[in-house]
Amino acid sequence: MSILVVADHHNSELSPVTANVVAAAKAIGGDISVLIAGESCQPAAEAAAKLEGVAKVLVADNAAYGHQLAENLAALLGEIGKDYTHLLTGATGVGKNVFPRAAALLDVNQISEIIAVESADTFKRPIYAGNAIATVQSEDAVKVITVRGTSFDPVADSGSAEIETLDKATDAGLSSHVGEELVASDRPELTAAGVVVSGGRGVGSKEGFETIYKLADKLGGAVGASRAAVDAGYVPNDLQVGQTGKIVAPQLYIAAGISGAIQHLAGMKDSKVIVAINKDEEAPIFQVADYGLVADLFEAVPELEGKL
Amino acid sequence: MKVLVPVKRVVDYNVKVRVKADQSDVDLANVKMSMNPFCEIAVEEAVRLKEKGTATEVIAVTIGPKAAQEQLRTAMALGADRSILVETDEAVDSLTAAKILAKIVEEEQPQIVMMGKQSIDTDNNQTPQMLAGLTGMSQGMFASKVDVDGEKAKITREIDGGLQTIEINLPAVISADLRLNDPRYAKLPNIMKAKKKPLDSKTPADYGVEVASKLKTLKVEPPAERSAGIKVGSVDELVDKLKNEAKVV
Repeated sequence: MSILVVADHHNSELSPVTANVVAAAKAIGGDISVLIAGESCQPAAEAAAKLEGVAKVLVADNAAYGHQLAENLAALLGEIGKDYTHLLTGATGVGKNVFPRAAALLDVNQISEIIAVESADTFKRPIYAGNAIATVQSEDAVKVITVRGTSFDPVADSGSAEIETLDKATDAGLSSHVGEELVASDRPELTAAGVVVSGGRGVGSKEGFETIYKLADKLGGAVGASRAAVDAGYVPNDLQVGQTGKIVAPQLYIAAGISGAIQHLAGMKDSKVIVAINKDEEAPIFQVADYGLVADLFEAVPELEGKL
Repeated sequence: MKVLVPVKRVVDYNVKVRVKADQSDVDLANVKMSMNPFCEIAVEEAVRLKEKGTATEVIAVTIGPKAAQEQLRTAMALGADRSILVETDEAVDSLTAAKILAKIVEEEQPQIVMMGKQSIDTDNNQTPQMLAGLTGMSQGMFASKVDVDGEKAKITREIDGGLQTIEINLPAVISADLRLNDPRYAKLPNIMKAKKKPLDSKTPADYGVEVASKLKTLKVEPPAERSAGIKVGSVDELVDKLKNEAKVV
């Protein structure tokens, strides 16, 4: 078995999800190489070389890969992918964009967003927004797989793999990067965060969300919201957790002022520990919470922040 | 220019699906079926391109059972001009769907293929990217804004942590994210008119594609149920539980 993990990175930095994807690769078993395709991406390569279980890091450093454009990256994977039994990447914005195109070039299907490895060819993945779990088996020569990072514990960074230059450059000339508008934030990305603090309609206003942000910052976590809070305009819509928003599965999920509509539960019920704080003791969120506190969030959340 | 809009018939998003007792699949007997919500957004975007004068013809296509005609009629009631049903009762995987669509692209020569980013049944999020790969077209996936300008299109895409704008050459495959637009409702006169719009019936064999998959579903199970935990009486008790029992802080 030879596995190529395609790293999610920002050239100067390796995304944390790569350590989770390497863990999935270890569960499959075999030689693990990591590909860093980017521009001036040596720092990301050095970080990847430290991931435990990685034998080799391949670096394709070229302007064509600088912005992770799908046409260029998929062409590279279509070319080198044949030499591996498995291609893995995180189910991130880049992974979801690039991997299916690469799979088509390799004439194989893709297995999306796996949550467990049963064997080298059999995997579990959620369907119907997590309301059912399918076990699927692939007979394709190359298994092209995206991994839900939160389902695998990250490997340590105690390794020291060799770094090799991959002298490839494919510019398909089909697309170009114009610009990016990233939400300026020191907080972790919602779907990758270890802690998520979410607010719902009960937060009552944009100003009320300050309380949520403060607790999230204290815990080094991300902020999320229910659809009701987004629709009410308390927070931007990219914070929405739920079936039609982001699917999160952090170690700790704190839901404050969220009633627990099915729509919302679909996006967070795989969290390891769920805490619910709500005034209404009948709120459905308490049926999935490990720890429920019936209290006014404007008293309980600041008190919690102070005591952690 | 022509815009091709592939759509999919799926379980209505309001239905809570149940797994069959024999674990072979979810139970789809007698449940409400609808057009995949992301496909509705794609149809809306295509129709808006026509209303702006950018597109001259909008063609809806679906791959599925005979009953999937309903979704094509819906697409035509929303503004598509004609449609193609590629009829099969078998489950079609993403790669096979992309191969059939690639043949239709070859025949119809659309400048834009507008699709939903994923279907809410299999949640794969693959077919648009695969179609782009098979045809060698550029791709603008997870679009929240589409500006067509001559031979190019500027796409604002949802990426982790924000938005990215790219410029892509046409022809291209574009996939719609949730915030691209708010789809309209079909008006009754348009629903009546849609019944008279042309609908071509084809089969995968007409396109020389065999429906077979190297990806087998061995079983489908319900997810692990989460049971209610305990109620704590105070913030102090909560902090204690988080530190000493759950060990997450």
